[in-house]
Amino acid sequence: MALMEVRRVTFAYKDKPVLKDVSVEICEGEVVTLLGPNGSGKSTLLKTIIGLIRPGQGTVRLAGRDISSIPQKELARQIAYVPQFHRSAFPYRVFDVILMGRMPHKTFFFRYSQEDIDIARTVMDRLSIAHLAGRPYTEISGGERQLTLIARALAQGARVFVMDEPASGLDYGNQLKLLEHITDLSGEGYTFIKSTHSPEHALWIAHRAVMIRKGAIIADGCCDDVVNSETLLQLYNTRVKVVRLNGSLRVCVPEMLKDNGAEEGTGRQPMFVRSGTSRR
Amino acid sequence: MRTGFVITGLACALVVAVLVSLVLGKYPVGIDDVCGFFLWKAFNASVNLSIDRQLLENILLNIRLPRIMAALFVGASLSISGAAFQAMFINPLVSPGILGVLAGASFGAAVGMVLSKSWFFVQASCFLFGFLAVAAAVGVARLYKGNSIILLILGGVISGALFTSLLSIVKYLADPYNQLPAIVYWLMGGLTLVDAGVIRNTAIPVVAGVGLVISLSGYLNVLSMGDEEARSMGVPVERIRIILIVIATMLSAITVVLAGMVGWVGLIIPHISRMIVGPDNRVLIPVSALVGALYLVAVDDVSRLLFTTEIPLGIITSLVGIPFFAVVLKRAGKGWS
Repeated sequence: MALMEVRRVTFAYKDKPVLKDVSVEICEGEVVTLLGPNGSGKSTLLKTIIGLIRPGQGTVRLAGRDISSIPQKELARQIAYVPQFHRSAFPYRVFDVILMGRMPHKTFFFRYSQEDIDIARTVMDRLSIAHLAGRPYTEISGGERQLTLIARALAQGARVFVMDEPASGLDYGNQLKLLEHITDLSGEGYTFIKSTHSPEHALWIAHRAVMIRKGAIIADGCCDDVVNSETLLQLYNTRVKVVRLNGSLRVCVPEMLKDNGAEEGTGRQPMFVRSGTSRR
Repeated sequence: MRTGFVITGLACALVVAVLVSLVLGKYPVGIDDVCGFFLWKAFNASVNLSIDRQLLENILLNIRLPRIMAALFVGASLSISGAAFQAMFINPLVSPGILGVLAGASFGAAVGMVLSKSWFFVQASCFLFGFLAVAAAVGVARLYKGNSIILLILGGVISGALFTSLLSIVKYLADPYNQLPAIVYWLMGGLTLVDAGVIRNTAIPVVAGVGLVISLSGYLNVLSMGDEEARSMGVPVERIRIILIVIATMLSAITVVLAGMVGWVGLIIPHISRMIVGPDNRVLIPVSALVGALYLVAVDDVSRLLFTTEIPLGIITSLVGIPFFAVVLKRAGKGWS
C-alpha cells in the first residue's frame, strides 16, 4: 500500500483554481520529484501534502489515515517540511535552529532535555555540519542553510521529507552535494517529495517524476519514461533533447544550443543560435 | 555557562540597585540602616538602628519600596512584552504598543480622570481600555479572516489611531484647569502616585505574566521562523500567539496603570539584551526582564533626584534612551538582520 495518497484534491485561492483533481500515490523510500513551470501549483500541492493547506475537495492520507484527522504534533513527527524561501530576521545559532525540530516531541510547557541536545548533535554529525553549531544561521551559505534545515527535519524524527525547491539558490557544487545527501537518506528508507526547476535533478536522483501544468498532472511515472522532449515541451514550452550517456544516465540539452561538431578549440562560434536576438 | 553567568550577574546588579535606591532620597538613610531594617523585619533579628523604626518603616516600606517595585515591574513588563512581540511579529522595530494597548490605556486613564475622582476607577478604566484596544486590533484582523502577522499589525495601527484621536477628544473636553494638566502629566509617565496598595494588587499578575512569557519563550524562536514553518513543526501558531498577546497586553496595561506612558523601554531594552546574550529567546526573554528592571530602577532614581522637583519618568527614558540607542545602533544590528 502507498505510504501517502493524494486523492482527487482540488484547491483554489479565492476563485482562482490552483489544483484541479490531483491524485498521486507515494511509496515508502521513494524520491518523487515534482516538475512544473512557475505558478503551476507545485508549492500548493506540497503544502497540501503536509497539511498546511486544507484541500477544497479530496483527501490526503498518510498510511491510510486522513491527515486532517491527525493531530498537528503527531503529523510533524512523521512529515517534515523544508520550505523554499527561508525568512530569518534573527541570527539564531545553527544549533538552536536544529533544536527547534524537537518541538513536536515536547509538551506544552517545555524545556529541551539532554536527549534533545544529543539528538541534535547526532544529526549534525551525520550531515557533517557539526562545525557550524555555534554559527549564526543568517551568516552561513545557502548550501549550509539547506543542510541545517535537513538536519532539523531529521531531528524532528520524520520519515517523510517534503522539500520545496531545495536546490534553488545553491551553487552548482552545493546542488550536487544536496542531491547526494538526498540519495543517501533515501537509501536508508526516508521518503522524499520535492519540487525542482531542473529536470536533470529528477533524472539523476528521483525514482519518479510527477509533472504538473496549470494545476493538473500531465505525467506521472518513472523518470526515464516520463522526462522526455514531449513532456518538457508541454511543461516549459522549450525544445529540449534528453540524451542518454554511455550508461543509464541521462542529461538534458536544449535544442537552441548548436553543437559545432568535434573541432575543439578552433574558432568556436557562439553557442546560442537563436535568430533575431542579435543586438547589432 | 556564559548565559548563566550573565543572568546571575544581572540579578546581583538588580539587588544592589534596589538597595542603593532605598538609600537614595531626600531623607538621609544609611545603607547599614536599610540592611539592618530588613534583617529586623524579615528575621526579627536584633539590630541597632540609628533612626526610629517607625519612621524608617514609613520611609522604606511605604514610600521608597513601592516606588522601586513599581519601576522594577514596569521595566520588566515593557521589556519582556517588547522582546516577545519582536520575535512574534518577526520585526525588530516592534514595541509593546504595536497592537494599540498603550493608546487604549491612555485613553482609558484620561476618561477615568474626567469622569471620576476615584483613583481606583482611573486604574480600572485604564486597564480595561488597554485590553479593549487590543481586542479591537485582533478583531479587525479576524474580520479579514485569520490573524496573520500583517493583518494584526494593521489592526493595531487602526486601533491605535482610533484611541489616540479619542484621547484628543477627551483632552479637548476636559476641564483645562484641573483635569487637562493631570492627564498631560500622566501621559508623560511617572511613578509619583504609586503606593503600597497598587503594588500589592499588581504584583501577582505581573509576576505571573512575566513567568508565563518566560516559560513560553521556547515557542518564540520557532514563531519567528514564520507561520508555515512553525505549523509544520507541530506548533499551534494561532493559539500560542493569542496567549502571548493577552499576557503582553495585560503587562503593558499594568505599566500604564502604574506609571502612565513610559516610552522606548520596550523597544531598546530587547536590543541591548540581544547584544549581550544573542537572539535565542529562551535566554533573551529573562535577560530582557532583568535589564529592563535594572534600567527603570536607575532611571527612576535620576528622575526623583536630579532636580528638586521631579522630572516625569517617561521624558527621561526617552532622553536617555534615544542617544544611547543611536550610539549602540551599529552594534545592535548584531542581534538581527
